[in-house]
Amino acid sequence: MLAAILAAGLAVGAVYALIGVTYNIMFSASRVMSFTSGQMGMLGGVLGTLCISRLGLPIIPGFVLAMAGCAAIGVVTEVIAVRPVLKALDQHLYVLSTLGFALMIQTFTAIEFSTEPQPFPRLIGIGEGGPWDEKFWLPVVACFATIGGLELLYRRTLVGRAFLAIAEDNFAARALGLPERNLRMASFALAGAVGGLAGFAGGELLMAFFANGAMLNFFGFVPVALGGLGNNKGAVIGGLALGVFQQAANFLMGGVVASVAVFAVFIVVLLVAPQGLFGAPAARRV
Amino acid sequence: MRGLLPYAVILAAVLVLPFVANDYWAVIGARAAVYWVLVAGLNLVVGYGGQLAIGWVALLTLGSYTAAILVARFDLSPFLAYGAGGVVGALAGVVVGLPALRLRTFYFAMTTLGFATIVTQVALSWQSVTGGGIGLPGPSLEAPFDSPWGFYLLTMGFAAVVTWMTANVASSRWGRSLVAIRDAEVAAEATGISKARLLTIVFLFAGFTAGVAGGLFGTLQSYITPDAFTFDLSVTFFIAILIGGRGSILGPLLGNVLLTLLPEFAAPLVAWSTFLYATLLLAIVLLMPGGIAAVLDFRNRKPLESHRSIVPRPDRVAALVDHGPVRDDIILRNVVLAFGGVRAIDGLDITIKAGAVHGLIGPNGSGKTTTLNVISGYYEPQEGEAFLGTRVLPHGKPQARSAMGIARTFQTPRVIGEASVLQNVMIGATIDGRASFMESALTLPRHRSDEKRLTARAMDALAVVGLESLAPVRADRLQHSELRFVEIARALCGRPAFLLLDEPAAGLSTDEITRLGSLIKAVAAAGTGVLLVEHHADLIFDICDQVTVLNLGKELAAGTPAEIRSHKEVVSAYLGA
Repeated sequence: MLAAILAAGLAVGAVYALIGVTYNIMFSASRVMSFTSGQMGMLGGVLGTLCISRLGLPIIPGFVLAMAGCAAIGVVTEVIAVRPVLKALDQHLYVLSTLGFALMIQTFTAIEFSTEPQPFPRLIGIGEGGPWDEKFWLPVVACFATIGGLELLYRRTLVGRAFLAIAEDNFAARALGLPERNLRMASFALAGAVGGLAGFAGGELLMAFFANGAMLNFFGFVPVALGGLGNNKGAVIGGLALGVFQQAANFLMGGVVASVAVFAVFIVVLLVAPQGLFGAPAARRV
Repeated sequence: MRGLLPYAVILAAVLVLPFVANDYWAVIGARAAVYWVLVAGLNLVVGYGGQLAIGWVALLTLGSYTAAILVARFDLSPFLAYGAGGVVGALAGVVVGLPALRLRTFYFAMTTLGFATIVTQVALSWQSVTGGGIGLPGPSLEAPFDSPWGFYLLTMGFAAVVTWMTANVASSRWGRSLVAIRDAEVAAEATGISKARLLTIVFLFAGFTAGVAGGLFGTLQSYITPDAFTFDLSVTFFIAILIGGRGSILGPLLGNVLLTLLPEFAAPLVAWSTFLYATLLLAIVLLMPGGIAAVLDFRNRKPLESHRSIVPRPDRVAALVDHGPVRDDIILRNVVLAFGGVRAIDGLDITIKAGAVHGLIGPNGSGKTTTLNVISGYYEPQEGEAFLGTRVLPHGKPQARSAMGIARTFQTPRVIGEASVLQNVMIGATIDGRASFMESALTLPRHRSDEKRLTARAMDALAVVGLESLAPVRADRLQHSELRFVEIARALCGRPAFLLLDEPAAGLSTDEITRLGSLIKAVAAAGTGVLLVEHHADLIFDICDQVTVLNLGKELAAGTPAEIRSHKEVVSAYLGA
């Protein structure tokens, strides 16, 4: 039973962690927390099913197409829900604009795709049923591959350093001549792809279901809030811990208690440390 | 009175409907009324308080199940059950709402969303009590409320009462305080508004109306299942308020009616209604953030007189301030405050005499504003203490200063742009109000005398600074110099024993600076001590009784203006030859 809890917990946790990373990438580029983060995860699963099962594409092209779709939605998020409200960041209009756009994505999917969970295609076919089933380790692999890839991107490439510069000090980066708007759009495309990857890799576990968006929005945000906004390491640790905690509580006490427990932990930790466990202190107000 | 006209029209429509429409419209009308009972309360939280509670449907669910269970299993009378639903809603409202004290915007929105998810899950799986997915019957009423039109009139009665109460709250000091913590939280703290207490009361009230709405909703649906309480419904409530516009009662009321009727007129689009609402939300945020209320706000579109001059009346200060003689001085003893490695204040001793003007000057970064922030409680020094006479001024508690008679202004004026100038000034006297929240909601005598007194005093304060002709104007239409004087009026409205001014002359014309000078002198002559942080050396030397010069967080010199002017080090470090 322990193996089952761990396998399922780490798998779900890896999906949460990737959604957390999606939040982080969007936030670093724009100081905006977006309700579309979870929807990207949902779209990863839905577009995967659409491309592979319904259109009958082979797995690799299907995967690429699904990722491209999510990246495109990421860019659209930036253009219609983020850029127009950036001027008045202190009024927090982004909470409402991204909520509106996220709901549009969600209801559109429900109406045009399906209101019922649809099966996600079997990708490789390893470890049928056991704790080594691909549906458990695929998300974990995807998560660590993403973190490794992001590290490489940020540390080794010019574009990655430009991302960091924007995240660190937007004004200074613009003064240096960095194309801030294009970099922001690229970041949102990247965020879309990472979120999509979460949904695609976790597709066999969570299926293709429109309601996953709202669920991932919340459970993907928990590790970010606990780990500190913009901190990918915190998001991964928080995500995996959350997944295992949730699955353990699920096995031992039932689903409702597990949800209530996660919510209670979330609130209590945030009240004790509003900046997250690994976050920076708040800015001066006066 | 003209403000009441739209409500009279709506009331007439409500009363005429039973004579011109069929039973189907009774149900639609009742639904709009039930939703409004919830939305009206939520409007205080979202529209006035600016707290993004997007998961408020959870309270509707709780109220609905509470009432239904009490009636179905314990045979309680439906009206008592509605009340019980309200009480449960109120308690849950505080539980959902209180994280707002520490969490901001997106975080708070997420916690309310999480709470809504959990409540639905519990309703679904706690089968022995809630009936699980099968649900349970809602409370059914007896004659005359068992007919569609009977229930319609009942719900409209509830809606009317809630409208009246929230409108009263909105125009009271409670409503003004909510807008203040929404748009100018730092200034609200300086006037003594306690965010914790205020939000607790408002969440209790909004939770109560949501719970009562839940009970009525059960009767309206006649059978409730967890499916009835979707997150879409929550979003509808939220959007109704945003369409209506922040800080308005009429706007959200119209928004609520609009959203309830929309699916009726666009029957083929019912499946797409949530998509439509979401699009509407996005469109409103991007295209008309003011909502319906801003469109209806004709008064603030009239152009203002273009050549306005501010003519304060120093002779009226004494009548306004009107407190007994103040004997306590503000004393700082050995205060040290470092930001990281920078020692912004480095062992400062200073005494600010009651009833005198004390100037604080020095180069940029010498610790002037930091000193002011220590006195007014925003910063917590690592060492040293501040006193008012013999009483300790607790560090890091800006809300406590107003009650001790200390008021302040800010380097960049912090006023509520969407409120009128008069309302902004009345904020300064919030802690002098005596009526409780419920007294205000029901316009009991104490509330009415509060309003009369505070309005009169705020008008006096505006007359003192010479801005009474702008009293009804939205503050964001004023010029920068006028905002500076509005802040001074707000501070004086609280009749402080000490007034701390942070660069009040910045951005004023020479004439205005002269008038400001005589106003400040009059304030001190009326017994209110003034601490003046300023860069205009002329103003300082003209009106101060005492001047302290700071450099690198330490006192460089102190004395009368004449002594300072001839002080060698001051001349070389700051004034120049």
